[in-house]
Amino acid sequence: MMYGHSWDLSTPLSFAISILPILLIGLEVTLAATALGFVIAMVLGIVWALLRRSGSRLISWPVAGFVEFVRDTPLLVQLYFLYFVLPKYGIVLPAFMTGAIALGLQYSAYTSEVYGAGLDAIRRGQWEASAALNLSRWQTYRDVLIPQAIPRVLPALGNYLVSMLKETPVLSTVSIVDMLNLANVIGDRTFEYLVPLSMVGLIFLILTLICSAGIRWLEWSLPRSGIPLR
Amino acid sequence: MMHALNYLGPLLKGAEITAIIAVASTALGAVLAFAAGIARASGGWLLAGIAIIYVEIFRGTSLLVQLFWLYYALPLLGFSMDPIMTGIIGLALNIGAYGAEVVRGAILAVPNDQHEAARALNLPRRHTLWRIVLPQAVVEMMPPFANLAVQNLKDTALVSMITITDLTFRAQELRNLTLDSVPIYIETLLLYFAVALVVMGVMRWLESRLRHGAAIPRVRMA
Repeated sequence: MMYGHSWDLSTPLSFAISILPILLIGLEVTLAATALGFVIAMVLGIVWALLRRSGSRLISWPVAGFVEFVRDTPLLVQLYFLYFVLPKYGIVLPAFMTGAIALGLQYSAYTSEVYGAGLDAIRRGQWEASAALNLSRWQTYRDVLIPQAIPRVLPALGNYLVSMLKETPVLSTVSIVDMLNLANVIGDRTFEYLVPLSMVGLIFLILTLICSAGIRWLEWSLPRSGIPLR
Repeated sequence: MMHALNYLGPLLKGAEITAIIAVASTALGAVLAFAAGIARASGGWLLAGIAIIYVEIFRGTSLLVQLFWLYYALPLLGFSMDPIMTGIIGLALNIGAYGAEVVRGAILAVPNDQHEAARALNLPRRHTLWRIVLPQAVVEMMPPFANLAVQNLKDTALVSMITITDLTFRAQELRNLTLDSVPIYIETLLLYFAVALVVMGVMRWLESRLRHGAAIPRVRMA
């Protein structure tokens, strides 16, 4: 019995159906963590990408080094670091927030590269044409470069969103009650791990197949010529 | 409280397990990647179908779920392995599925005239694949393979959840013992970063070797 739902162990199928409502409660946490983490990753990624493009090496090199370091070390250890170290400095966050920040931080390393590649893919001539038209740096970014970068960047960001979704079970290690955590609790109480864990796998599979189809549609439907910001 | 550098001893012991698991799972994953990638790109419908199901299942679900499934659920079906084997096989199945897509993409990217030329020379299919297509495709696979190898190294941290005493497990153990989180986790992250740099260096060296080998075809005179 969990969250008012009791399980029915008579057959594997009835067991699977009876625990579905419990797992769906965990799914909400999984999706919320993914969504919050993704917002953090998108915003932090822009910050890293802009700092890396800054004219001063005093800024761009340390930022590039930090991003590389975040990208090449495991999410699980970064999560432990934030979870156990932040409180030592008086920053006490709920586990869910720490988890979303860890996810967002790790993926900001990837998104910063997506933004960078999206901007680099736009031909030099666009910069030169903007300069010839006497557009300011800010106008060039807003009206020329970013609108053209969006159709290149969005599908790549979508792929990272799916990867993030699949990494959220890592958050269960710091007591966040996501789908995997609930499946393990059900397993501990019933000594039946096969059905709950298989169900979690199945739910992830359905989610990622839907997301991948969505990304393919997005890629197909975005205008190549760019999306104006105004 | 120990001196901060005293943590390095136990952490290095864990790093050794991490390295062993990373190397073994990357090697096994590469085999799986080639098998599934070749089956999808140029196998019959049955082999291609099996490869698609394998790739979709392991790319579509979460690695930690897969590891728990292998560790907790599989023994209930009467099939149990020790944790290290479970970790290696779980990681290999996962990274192999991602690698299979790389292999398939690289094979399909080999220009069609190479196939036509091989056919014009009356080479058998197997010969075309192994001597003409793969040597060219392998070079293109190396940069994405390097990313996957680093990804796999990072993923090995998850085997600490199935009781393997890897680097992450040792870090947790030390923290529970001393509560001295800051130096322990910083040293752990730096060790992972160092191993990742080695992995990237090795993959870059391999790529340059392969590129060199592919650029100079060996011509055997009759």
